[in-house]
Amino acid sequence: MAEITTLHYLVVAAALFVLGVIGVLTRRNVVIVLMSIELILNAVNLNLVAFSRMWGNLHGQVFSVFIVVDAAAEAAVGLGILIAFFRNKETINVDEIDLLKW
Amino acid sequence: MFLDHIWLIPLFPAFGAAMMFFFGRRMQKAAVSTVCVGVVVVAFVFACVTVVEYTHFAHGTGQPFEKIVYTWLGSGDAHLSFLKRDGTPAQFNADFGFLLDPLSVIWLLFVTGVGMLIHIYSIGYMAHEGGYYRFFGYLNLFMFSMLTLVLANNYVLLFVGWEGVGLCSYLLIGFYFHRKSANDAANKAFIVNRIGDAGFILGAFTLAWYLGSFRFLDINAAARSGHYLIGDTVLTAAALLLFVGACGKSAQIPLYVWLPDAMEGPTPVSALIHAATMVTAGVYMVARSNAIFVLAPTAMKTVAIIGALTAIFAASIGLVQNDIKRVLAYSTVSQLGYMFLALGVGAFAAGVFHVFTHAFFKALLFLGSGSVIHAVSGEQDMRNMGDLRGRIPTTFKTMFIATLAIAGIPPLAGFFSKDEILWQAWRSADGGFPYLWLIGFGTALMTAFYMARLIFLTFYGQPRMSQEVEHHIHESPKSMTGPLVVLAVCSALAGFLGVPHSLGGSNGFEKFLAPVFERGTEAAIAATEEPHHPAGEEHRKLEWLLMVLSVGAAVVGGGWAYRHYALAGKDYPEPIAVKAPPLYTVLYNKWFVDEAYDYAFTGRRKLGDIRLGAMGAGEASSWFDAKIIDGTVNGAGWSTRAVATLSTWWDKWIIDGVGVNGPAILARMISYPTRLLEWGLVQWYALVMVAGLLGFAVYYVWK
Repeated sequence: MAEITTLHYLVVAAALFVLGVIGVLTRRNVVIVLMSIELILNAVNLNLVAFSRMWGNLHGQVFSVFIVVDAAAEAAVGLGILIAFFRNKETINVDEIDLLKW
Repeated sequence: MFLDHIWLIPLFPAFGAAMMFFFGRRMQKAAVSTVCVGVVVVAFVFACVTVVEYTHFAHGTGQPFEKIVYTWLGSGDAHLSFLKRDGTPAQFNADFGFLLDPLSVIWLLFVTGVGMLIHIYSIGYMAHEGGYYRFFGYLNLFMFSMLTLVLANNYVLLFVGWEGVGLCSYLLIGFYFHRKSANDAANKAFIVNRIGDAGFILGAFTLAWYLGSFRFLDINAAARSGHYLIGDTVLTAAALLLFVGACGKSAQIPLYVWLPDAMEGPTPVSALIHAATMVTAGVYMVARSNAIFVLAPTAMKTVAIIGALTAIFAASIGLVQNDIKRVLAYSTVSQLGYMFLALGVGAFAAGVFHVFTHAFFKALLFLGSGSVIHAVSGEQDMRNMGDLRGRIPTTFKTMFIATLAIAGIPPLAGFFSKDEILWQAWRSADGGFPYLWLIGFGTALMTAFYMARLIFLTFYGQPRMSQEVEHHIHESPKSMTGPLVVLAVCSALAGFLGVPHSLGGSNGFEKFLAPVFERGTEAAIAATEEPHHPAGEEHRKLEWLLMVLSVGAAVVGGGWAYRHYALAGKDYPEPIAVKAPPLYTVLYNKWFVDEAYDYAFTGRRKLGDIRLGAMGAGEASSWFDAKIIDGTVNGAGWSTRAVATLSTWWDKWIIDGVGVNGPAILARMISYPTRLLEWGLVQWYALVMVAGLLGFAVYYVWK
């Protein structure tokens, strides 16, 4: 069986990234959007780990740990906003959340 | 004792007037006559006794007697004080006070004397007229006013009399109030006199302001004190203003126009007011102010020139008038001109002398003409008279004497007074006035002509009245002819009071008046009191020459009238109309002065809708004020408002609109497309981000 190369990782990560982006762009439910963002972040993590393995050092893995922490924080804050928002508008659809326009 | 009660003299007629006012309507004619004529007779007698007492008082020195009954206006306190021109304080003070000096003695005597005769005459003349008591009431009121005028000791009280006679003149001219012409004439007299009165008031107050008193004695003393130079501007102005008043009252150019029209009143009124007494008030006032006038040579010259011009002007009109009273009216104006000529050349005594003699013969002429009119059933047009001398002999004889007197035939009264005036006009002011003498001489010629014309047309020639009128001709009653005879005697003899030195007389009249005219006549007396002096001899010859000339003029004028009118039948020719028709037209129409005044002052003439003359100018300036001045003011307001509106608009639309709101609008306009970029859907933002990322990626990959 052929060796799994960096390229393979990158392709998987890219696919994952594209899935995340599509999720972010197309889904209306904020929970799903947040989950898609997790996908994007993890695609990046995968990239970082892959490169870390390729170069044989730990820089990339350190970065990915930071990103995991960041993702946890982001999810907490995002869900907090989500709950606050739901209390006001009784909806969590992204296209109904347009208060930021002019 | 009579002298002390001089204040009673005016009150007698005032009592009569008051009686008529309150009870006249209910009184019988006989009672009215008794009261009204009675009070005037009493006044006359009282006046005579007073004058006799005064001569004892004065001892021939002519010192004035002054009786102040009470202070009428003003008082001793400071409330009514004012500052004189030189800054010193003076009291505004007018007393109810009486002044008797030679000047007022003369007026007092002939006003009461002639007034009494005319009252008596009126009993007969007015016997068949309505408003008998009204007439006598007015006459008495007039006597009261006139006596107040001549006896007043200050300008304010004199002005009371002055206005009083003006009022009575108005009332009596309009006596026949149902006749429109009489009312018009009354209004004319009153209004024209107002113009003069305005001048008089201004003059009197100027004097008070300048000299600090209204009292004649104070003013004379101040004027003669030597503090004021000859030609003093203020005194000249005051004198000229006083003369304006005299012009109005005494019918001088240019204010004479009311007097001929005043003949609308009953004839005794014409005789008393418009010939003998009231119209001489102006002369009296000027003579009374002589101390002022001698300090104002310009004013004197004006008086002389106006007087001379009036004399010849009025005489020329008198030449051709047909109404017997109008001829006499113009004659009066002309004779008043003589008096002012005399005053103007400084011969105050001569002027007053002429007033005195004129009062008799002109009153006589008017009363005579009244008698004539009475005889021919109210006809006044001389063209419809003629050949009356045998039918009303007393009237004829007396009027003939008066005519000789006014024409200046010696030794009747008019000769002495008129020749004195002409002589003074010739010689005064260093012989600078021969032109004035010439005018006076021409006037004398005309006077003789028109008076002789009047006599010939009335009493000689063919009878030209209708049969019916001719049948009714009768001599007037005794009450009318009596006064005529008395006046005729006076006309004949009055002149002997003032026979000049050159004719061997002593000119007592002038001597009597001398104290009043201290400075005015001292030169004249000095010149005539030295008959043996060579220059005096020369003077005397010249004076004789002038006398002969003026008597010659009288004879020539009378003779000329005799040639043309003595045999006048129906449709007799007027010599002036035959020889110079245009001149006749002008004279007959009184030089078109009334018409000229219509054009110039009364505003009766119109050019389309526009009034001419002073009234037109008034209307024009009123229009100018309303339209141009106010229009400019309104225009300024309007244009300010317009500018304000414009600048409001500018502020609102340009400054606020373009300047302030413009950028805002512009920003808003720009915001519309811009804001589309910010429509609030996070996913779109993300999409754009992704597109951008993709763009960059493509760019870098395929570069």
